[in-house]
Amino acid sequence: MCMESNYNLGEDVIRAIKKGLETEASNTGKEILQIILKNAEIAREEQAPMCQDTGFTVVFLELGQDVHIEGGDLYEAISAGVAKGYTEGYLRKSIVSHPLDRKNTGDNTPPVIYTTIVPGENLKIVVCPKGGGAENMSAVKMLKPADGVEGVKNFVLEVAKNAGPNPCPPVIFGVGIGGTMEKAALIAKEALLREVGEKSKDPAMAAVEEELLEKINNMGMGPQGLGGRTYALAVHINTYPAHIASLPVAVNINCHAARHQEVIL
Amino acid sequence: MTPIKLTTPLADADVEKLRIGQQVLISGVIYTGRDAAHKRMVDLIKEGKENELPFNPKGQIIYYVGPSPTKPGKVVGSCGPTTSYRMDPYAPELHRLGLKASIGKGKRSPEVIDAMKEYKAVYFAAIGGAAALIAKSIKSAKVIAYPDLGAEAVHEFVVEDFPMVVVNDTLGGDLYQEGMRIYAVK
Repeated sequence: MCMESNYNLGEDVIRAIKKGLETEASNTGKEILQIILKNAEIAREEQAPMCQDTGFTVVFLELGQDVHIEGGDLYEAISAGVAKGYTEGYLRKSIVSHPLDRKNTGDNTPPVIYTTIVPGENLKIVVCPKGGGAENMSAVKMLKPADGVEGVKNFVLEVAKNAGPNPCPPVIFGVGIGGTMEKAALIAKEALLREVGEKSKDPAMAAVEEELLEKINNMGMGPQGLGGRTYALAVHINTYPAHIASLPVAVNINCHAARHQEVIL
Repeated sequence: MTPIKLTTPLADADVEKLRIGQQVLISGVIYTGRDAAHKRMVDLIKEGKENELPFNPKGQIIYYVGPSPTKPGKVVGSCGPTTSYRMDPYAPELHRLGLKASIGKGKRSPEVIDAMKEYKAVYFAAIGGAAALIAKSIKSAKVIAYPDLGAEAVHEFVVEDFPMVVVNDTLGGDLYQEGMRIYAVK
């Protein structure tokens, strides 16, 4: 899964880039989008990583409550799978064992694993290698409830403007509104798992997604931030109930190498 | 727009002619380095041990990249640019020693832009995320220093027609600001 996700760009991302190509106003911007599509083609043909940053391996597990796992520690097994995939697949090892000592672990472990317990007897595994460049431009802010939807929009636009060319645009914005600080960040990341451009099921939030996408692209930053109208491919919003005192907002940015692989066991 | 072809080492006159937005194809030897390698190089400079640097920066180009591992039968793994601002604290020192250009992606600090004006250097952007495609313009690759840093080691690449665009020129121009100004919907 680590290898496949790094070699094969999803059809949803390819479709979104092609759509951007139709409307992009800048010639340089168009050329860049074409190069990105060509890059995805080469990666697929040669089974080579589309980006040298093959990411922090983020794994989402949905564990059916009727599932009983035998024969060892599930998290260790996932870690072993990551080590194998990154070693045998010639993927870059980008993880250091301590954020301050910064010694490379040599096999891209440990992954970051989130588990949800759900009804049923299946185990769903979603692997999303997450690049550092786009992650570094992400942000969380604890707004006041009085800031409301306008405050949320302004924060997302501020994060986009500040990110500029750094996160490898065209990018996808995952926005988490509500919950606690870390919950907002988590649902923002989960929003990135959605098929690119799939709207929120909440019509009010779908309208905000559309408005933000237009406003972000109208800033003129364009592909790679070199000028144009295709800076973002999509804005995905997730919400969660919030405390009466809080309005947390998290913005998680994903680069155009928006990778994820899913399997249900 | 016809791209400008340049071969390393770069002559001052060629660098000073470059303007933001121009597409450039680079051929010849270039060197790689990320945060960790930059820190070691700048520490050497501060200690007055410039002669121990992995390469003499004069007239050279540094590419901010940490390639993925090389598959058997290939020259190099995927190798697109990394975000440049992390090298901002170190870049002015290297420009002072004659480094003529850096290749990366993303904004540079005012200090780096000033250093490029002062020492007549430029900043190129390669296409972030186009790593499998960029690998095609790299004809040979070898590690010349700091192998303990893994992907972050200093490599010497021989490149042919490596495509990039001028983002900051020797006049202090900035394509990121200019491009945004042109395409912003008022």
